[in-house]
Amino acid sequence: MTLSPDVSTGIITQNLKAYFGKVEVLKGIDISIPKFEVTAFIGPSGCGKTTFLRTLNRMHELARNATITGKVLVDGTDIYAPSVDPVLVRRKIGMVFQKPNPFPTMSVYDNVVAGLKLTGRHSRKELEEVVERTLMQAALWDEVKDSLRKSGASLSGGQQQRLCIARTLAVDPEVILMDEPASALDPISTAKIEELIFQLKDRYTIAIVTHNMQQAARVSDHTAFFYLGELIEFTNTRDMFTKPKKKQTEDYITGRFG
Amino acid sequence: MAVEIEALGGAAEAIKVEKKSIVHADTVFKSVIGFFALLVIILLVWLGLQLYASSRLAFSTIGIWAFIKGTTWDPVSGVFGALPFIYGTLVTSFLSLLIATPLGVGTAIFLAELSPKWLRRFLQPLVELLAGIPSVIYGLWGIFVLSPLMAMTVEPFLMDTFGFLPFFKGYPLGIGILTASIILAIMVVPFIISVSTEVLSTVPVSLKEGMYALGATRWETLKKISLPFAKSGIFGSVILALARALGETMAVTMVIGNTPQISKSLLDPGYSMAAVLANEFTEATTASYLSALIAIAFILLLITLTVNAVARWLIWRTTRTK
Repeated sequence: MTLSPDVSTGIITQNLKAYFGKVEVLKGIDISIPKFEVTAFIGPSGCGKTTFLRTLNRMHELARNATITGKVLVDGTDIYAPSVDPVLVRRKIGMVFQKPNPFPTMSVYDNVVAGLKLTGRHSRKELEEVVERTLMQAALWDEVKDSLRKSGASLSGGQQQRLCIARTLAVDPEVILMDEPASALDPISTAKIEELIFQLKDRYTIAIVTHNMQQAARVSDHTAFFYLGELIEFTNTRDMFTKPKKKQTEDYITGRFG
Repeated sequence: MAVEIEALGGAAEAIKVEKKSIVHADTVFKSVIGFFALLVIILLVWLGLQLYASSRLAFSTIGIWAFIKGTTWDPVSGVFGALPFIYGTLVTSFLSLLIATPLGVGTAIFLAELSPKWLRRFLQPLVELLAGIPSVIYGLWGIFVLSPLMAMTVEPFLMDTFGFLPFFKGYPLGIGILTASIILAIMVVPFIISVSTEVLSTVPVSLKEGMYALGATRWETLKKISLPFAKSGIFGSVILALARALGETMAVTMVIGNTPQISKSLLDPGYSMAAVLANEFTEATTASYLSALIAIAFILLLITLTVNAVARWLIWRTTRTK
């Protein structure tokens, strides 16, 4: 049974299992993630939500001994099919990490165009346009427009994370995966990131892992609750937090465990 | 009651005394260890001063620049010019780096980024082992294995193919600048591998993942993230290898040909600073001869110290940021 809210789907997984060596960390996930909406993955530490996120753009397999079985369909194509190049998958499905990771050897400008430069030749004008557009989208332009040549590492933590978001947007993905994007940030920076997520969902399908249930409630349209490598419940965020169907979900969101 | 207080006071005093003696022991320990550490510095400074003092005779009679620029080394007539040795040392060292750097950095990239963990665990100690082989063994191997190979196969091939270049003119002797450079390259490559692997392993996974997530291939991630991040550390490892190559004595002495000449051809025999010291110190019977040799030692010391300092600084600069 694939859990799905009643909307057009962006990503579907079928019996997705993920392993580290012989350890099964995802025990057969069937889910259907809606397009152009924000889906939050919640659950206690070690429940597999981050691993699940990383299977969606084939980042999981970069870790040692990490494997998967099952299918991940993005717009109907299985991204794990042998004919599919993982590099192209990651271009289409961008990722923002828990800890801001701007490239320290590059300037703000070069950070933004780092992914774009991989895809072939671009005129200087094109690059400059992309830098301005994506930094504006990431609500960072006003703060860095005069210091584009400074190192990306010189920005504050919140700015760094928005720089990473701009960098992800620059390669023009369809889906953006966010792995606890605000957990290392202060409340003001967190609010900025959340506002940004709200604005980005017009054009992008967003999946976000979060430890913070208030955050899930604030930013997401749908919420999936993971526990011990299984998807326990997946529904509209409002329903999830007001009338959860499963006992485990209720226990978790009311703070009885986790 | 009074007895109790007295007993307590006694205990307090005992604690005091004990504490005092611990503090005392600490001071002694510190000064002894500190003296040992200081000894290293004293030794180095003393060595430098001693070399300088003993080479002053050569420097003052010949003149520092005349000595360094002099191309004739004829102890019998008392003519001492150090340039053939400086030339031999520098050319063999740089040539060995030219060979060892791509080999070493390539291996380091493989070990740090591509190889399975078990293979790295097996290969890394092996590399360190290579660095520990006594150089006379490399030299012996150079004479009996490498030199015939050079004379029979490699050098004739080079002369046939690149003979139009001045670097490959002459006779396939099997001993000379090129053979010495190859031996040196083999000897220094473990240093480049082990330090570069270490430095490449410090590149944060989060940065590499960030690049992969933008749709970068392994090669692009290496080129744009890992190598720029590890750049100065890798450069440091190369300089460290250079320092080793500059001072290497035994193996070079055995295959360089020991001829004090400056020839454009890499096939010709040459001489190095370390080699002339090893060969001639027993024959240095006159004061000026001995002083000239020590002057070469002094110059060699200065060159290696400088190169080493630069290498340490470069490695420190990359590794301190974590």
